[in-house]
Amino acid sequence: MKSNFRFCIGLLTAMIALGSLPYVLQGDYFFFAAFSVLQFVVMATAWNILGGNTGYVNFGAAAFFAIGAYSTVAAFKLFKASILVCIIFGTANAALIGLAMGYLTLRLKGVFFSIATLALSVVLMTIVLNTDFLGGARGVYVIVDRTPLFGLPRYIHLLYWIMLLISGFAIIVARTIQHSGMGQGLSAIRDDEGAAECLGVPTLKLKLIATTISGGLMGLAGTVFPFLITYIDPTSTFNLSISVNSIAMPLIGGMSTWMGPVIGALLLGSIQQIATVTISSAGNLLIVGFLLVLFVILAPNGIMGWFDVWRKRRKR
Amino acid sequence: MSVVTRILSFLLFLIPLTVLGQAQTKPPIRIGMGMALTGSLAANGKAALVSMQIWAEDVNARGGLLGRKVELISYDDQSSPAAVPGIYTKLLDVDKVDLVVSGYATNMIAPAMPTIMQKKMLFMGLFGLAVNTNFSYDRYFGIQPHGENAAVDMSQGFFDAAMSINPKPKTIAIVGADAEYPAAAMVGARETIKKLGMKIVYDKTYPPNTTDFSPVVRAIQATTPDVVFVASYPPDTVGMIRAANEVGLKTKVFGGGMIGLGTAAVKKQLGPLLNGILGYELYAPEPSIKFPNVEKFLVKYQARADKEGIDPLGYYLPPYAYAIMEIIAEAVDKTQGLDQKALADYIHSHTFSTVVGDVTFASNGEWKKGRSLWVQYRGVTGNDIDQFRKPGKAVVIQPAYLKSGELRYPYSDVRN
Amino acid sequence: MDSQFITLFLNAIVAGLLLGGFYAALSVGISISFGMLDIVNIAHPAFIILGSYATFLIFTYLGLDPILAVFIVVPVFFALGLVVYNVYYHSFEKHGSEPLRGLAFFFGLLFIIEVTIVLTAGVDYRTVATSYTDTTLKLGPVDLPLRLVVPFAISMLMVLGIRWFLSKTYFGRAVSAVAQDSMALQLMGVNPVKVKSYAFAISIVTAGVGGALLIIIQSVQPSMGRDYIGLVFAICVLGGLGSVYGTLVGAFILGIAETFTATFAGPSWAPAVSFGLLLLTLAFRPSGIFGR
Repeated sequence: MKSNFRFCIGLLTAMIALGSLPYVLQGDYFFFAAFSVLQFVVMATAWNILGGNTGYVNFGAAAFFAIGAYSTVAAFKLFKASILVCIIFGTANAALIGLAMGYLTLRLKGVFFSIATLALSVVLMTIVLNTDFLGGARGVYVIVDRTPLFGLPRYIHLLYWIMLLISGFAIIVARTIQHSGMGQGLSAIRDDEGAAECLGVPTLKLKLIATTISGGLMGLAGTVFPFLITYIDPTSTFNLSISVNSIAMPLIGGMSTWMGPVIGALLLGSIQQIATVTISSAGNLLIVGFLLVLFVILAPNGIMGWFDVWRKRRKR
Repeated sequence: MSVVTRILSFLLFLIPLTVLGQAQTKPPIRIGMGMALTGSLAANGKAALVSMQIWAEDVNARGGLLGRKVELISYDDQSSPAAVPGIYTKLLDVDKVDLVVSGYATNMIAPAMPTIMQKKMLFMGLFGLAVNTNFSYDRYFGIQPHGENAAVDMSQGFFDAAMSINPKPKTIAIVGADAEYPAAAMVGARETIKKLGMKIVYDKTYPPNTTDFSPVVRAIQATTPDVVFVASYPPDTVGMIRAANEVGLKTKVFGGGMIGLGTAAVKKQLGPLLNGILGYELYAPEPSIKFPNVEKFLVKYQARADKEGIDPLGYYLPPYAYAIMEIIAEAVDKTQGLDQKALADYIHSHTFSTVVGDVTFASNGEWKKGRSLWVQYRGVTGNDIDQFRKPGKAVVIQPAYLKSGELRYPYSDVRN
Repeated sequence: MDSQFITLFLNAIVAGLLLGGFYAALSVGISISFGMLDIVNIAHPAFIILGSYATFLIFTYLGLDPILAVFIVVPVFFALGLVVYNVYYHSFEKHGSEPLRGLAFFFGLLFIIEVTIVLTAGVDYRTVATSYTDTTLKLGPVDLPLRLVVPFAISMLMVLGIRWFLSKTYFGRAVSAVAQDSMALQLMGVNPVKVKSYAFAISIVTAGVGGALLIIIQSVQPSMGRDYIGLVFAICVLGGLGSVYGTLVGAFILGIAETFTATFAGPSWAPAVSFGLLLLTLAFRPSGIFGR
């Protein structure tokens, strides 16, 4: 399993290199930006577990993110729970909702599934809006003691580390699925679901597992968010742009392997972060929109698809 | 040495001199912020930014602050709270600005607080609701016209006016949008209503992007309330008032914390539909409202508004954005420095004379006394906004010391 | 109390129908582009807002009422639709990519349109003032505000006109045919790409007209498009993709659901009711009410 070995070494090296940055870099800004980018690495990777492998497009990524965030709120308000407990609680909730959603909607094919996910996220948002305990429309504050741990200089570094670990975890999960029998089953579903069923692939079971894992990971990304931002409200947490980015990043990076979403997230996420603090006018969104269109036109299989073509050309 | 070499070495000597010379002119004072220039908060955010730019020009024309020019550094937060912590970290860590102010609205101010507190900066919050009750930060100052207990104070004037009618109202319907400010306003309203002993006969919220409000108004009408209190943002302010007109709402007092009434766009849309409404303004050109320099400021603002695509009258947010900068400027000037603690102490302990009147801060950073103006619109004809530039169309009912008329009721009669 | 209830009930139905009629104008374009051409045009609501702003500009600079502005909007948006389709076709469909890739294209387009509006017309709310905006007719206990009746009427004209066009004219039937069997159409000497491009252009025209109606009803702001994405797709799915009558019925159902919830329960729950209905439909009859 040489490729497994190479992957582990690669991932470990990256994590250690990135993880040591708090001790090296002076300013905090990099870590805030990196947090945001890593958040998208997780969202894109998670989304792709269902979308890239099976071809089922989830429009409600923001809803799962919000489930994670609001679970943290609930756990914090009820028990003043620590980050770790909030993470586990939020991920479990999101995974359960993912399972429920899968069960309700996976009989639907293609785009109907997508519309259903959109409907589900509206319903969830309306429920949160009407739940006073979660702050409702007023929003809710999550204020923690911001002393850093593990000898880290500042609190943001702790959040950064947590996000790094979560990203690594998501990548490992995605890669494991891709290389496993389940991954092949899912690909078969994407290519031709009818044929797959005839061949005995347990399509419903696999799809359910995929939505559960995908949903759970997206919720995982959301659990840490309240700690960064200290105040969340439904409109910004269920925001459409989270869903759009979760779809766009795998599309740009390439949906066929676990690497595509990571590359897409790193690229698009960084561009958005840089654009926010440089161009700083309505031009921001314009650039992102243009890039999206451009990339998708020029690189139909994403950046990874580019690499594949380039590699094939080199071999000749 | 050849001639060329001599000339070159002479020139080389000049370089350090010019550098030294440049070092004599002081660097500008840089004030940083994240402000909504796109997204749902952009209409107000951009107006605020333009107002602050006008201030910067005014100050620089007078020689700057501490003998240095002021420079504004702003980034578009895209009305997205997630962008805020990163923006302020960049401003403070990378751009190394000297002072910071907030963006517009609670959900853009709160996410900045941890960063601000960690760097121990002075922070002026533009229209955030009770942000500091959660952080208890002693260098935070809220700029918005509500007093210490903002949620209650927001609507106090409305209820004071409503209770002045004879006979006293007994039943009330409250309704608002599912969004941060309206929800807070309704919480405060409920508190006041309880104290006054009125009965709430309708208490619901609606989704902000509702298209047709007539079902809501009809349901309210069915409960025959004496008073109707609405907490809304500009689109639903218009929607609710239009629906009230279409349904023919019959009640004694109608109005509330309806944001948007202060903007030209809404005034233009509603025109005569405004008549009789008891709404909240931050500025009205009434004879009783004579804050220093506000008219001068509005003239400058209105000259640019069209080009910038922002509210042409500027009666709502702009003077407040300008006032923030006035307060900071005075504190910097009087403490002769940029020490954040000294500035905060000065602001806590002094009263400022600004374009929105005298401002004194309570210990929690909010204003000691609120100054939302509760006005009743009268005699509005047609949809031209120029009629609002003169007194008489928005008569101030509360607070009592700024009054310019009496409340007329019932609403259903005053409408025409 | 009884007569009051009846008044509320009747008004809720009428308001729901008026609202639904308007929603139909916003959604019929999706019925065409998504239902018949399999194009996931998520930027459709952005085109609606673009239509609102175009109407605003025509109103401000030419002084034309929105109803008349529609006549200018139609050819402009038709041309725009053709351009967009051709870009889309040459980049995606030609290569046989899945509709998903086009999705990203339209997402990007959504943002580009929104920002273009911001840069040209500013971020403040825009509105038009028509002579009939504040007039309300009364039919017994029922209120008929012209602000909603006029868009309703125009919308009905447009939707029924499109239905007639699709079923009765040669070109219209070619559009239905291209959805079902593109190859057969080619064999009959009709260029399927041309048919599709015209059909897509028509869907963009409906978006533009929908926008003109929207600005009659309320003020608009550049980022409003995002609020309508869920609604328009939900209506088409509810009614059955590709069926114009279905879209109409779906729109009425959601309109009435919204007004009833707002009147009798709490308006805050209206989105949950609308989308809950959608979820139920998807669970029990995914092809929608009139779907094939």
